Amino acid sequence: MSETRPPETRPDPSVFDLFLGFFIVGVCGFGGVLPWARRMIVEQRKWLTPTEFTEMLGLCQFLPGGNIMNVTIALGSRFRGIPGAIAAIVGLMAAPVAIVICLGAVYDQYAGFPPVRRAFVALAAAAAGFLLAMSWKIVAPLRANPWAVGIAVCTFVAIAVVRLPMVMAMPVLAIGSTLILWRVRA
Amino acid sequence: MTGFLLIDLAIVFGQLSLLAFGGANSVIPEMQRQVVDVHHWMTPHDFAALYALAQAAPGPNMMVVSLVGWRVGGVAGALVTTTAVLLPSSILTLGVAGVWYRFKDADWRKAIQAGLQPVTAGLIMASAALLIVSTTVDWQAGLVTLIAAGLFLRSKLHPLLILAVAAAAGAVGLVG
Repeated sequence: MSETRPPETRPDPSVFDLFLGFFIVGVCGFGGVLPWARRMIVEQRKWLTPTEFTEMLGLCQFLPGGNIMNVTIALGSRFRGIPGAIAAIVGLMAAPVAIVICLGAVYDQYAGFPPVRRAFVALAAAAAGFLLAMSWKIVAPLRANPWAVGIAVCTFVAIAVVRLPMVMAMPVLAIGSTLILWRVRA
Repeated sequence: MTGFLLIDLAIVFGQLSLLAFGGANSVIPEMQRQVVDVHHWMTPHDFAALYALAQAAPGPNMMVVSLVGWRVGGVAGALVTTTAVLLPSSILTLGVAGVWYRFKDADWRKAIQAGLQPVTAGLIMASAALLIVSTTVDWQAGLVTLIAAGLFLRSKLHPLLILAVAAAAGAVGLVG
């Protein structure tokens, strides 16, 4: 399903490019990294097409571990093997780990200060809006296929409304979805 | 702090790594059980405070792992928990992603890939919805989420600018 493109425009990031790209994602990634990662990988550096990104994310969601950490590993290793994977994940994690420890160190002193607390509430709300916008960009291409929309809605209800355990719901949804879409196409 | 403590941290978070199907949020309850009930490293209240703090920091939503490690074992603890939660799942991903890429033209892979797409989309929407439920502490916060989502989709403003304006509006008392 991935779009083909002429060989001369095929991206070829170096180990350092991978480190730098994911370092910036880590620094910016307030409220979760997924929207920032998609923006950097698809929209800015064009390392993957939108379809390729969704495919890679889809695979990574079915593996244990943080989704974006898995995307980082998979993308780093696709372009530059194990050194690429290590550069990308170290780039992603370096700044956030340092920042979160500093935040922890100052937290006790300022947690009771209302402007700080209210700033965090508003920041978290806006960051949720960022994730909402990005999820719309991932959902929108499916609108052409009513079966796909139906499966997406079922997944949403199973996870967000019924709150089924992921380990139980995902195999059923994945296998069901694959069989249904295979049938519809055939 | 002893070496045994760091080993305990590595074992607990290494296991969480392989349990985290669907991302970090799916193992938060198990993490709390291990850290609070099994090992008595902190109170439930401490854990909740660290979780909220991690949400406010940049980075993957696994950052609570680094914070818990830091609170229990200092900087060494943070490095141990972060590495422990990354390594097992990363090695698995390396292996699976390699195979997956090698078979990119196989019919069975295309069928599974097509099947995963709508499930992925539904999952992302579910994460967004669950996050919004936890961040919407009052109607102003909900309004901030909607306005921000609209700006992210329709305007060319830099995302950090939008987040900074929201935080500033909160600090001066318009929200929260």
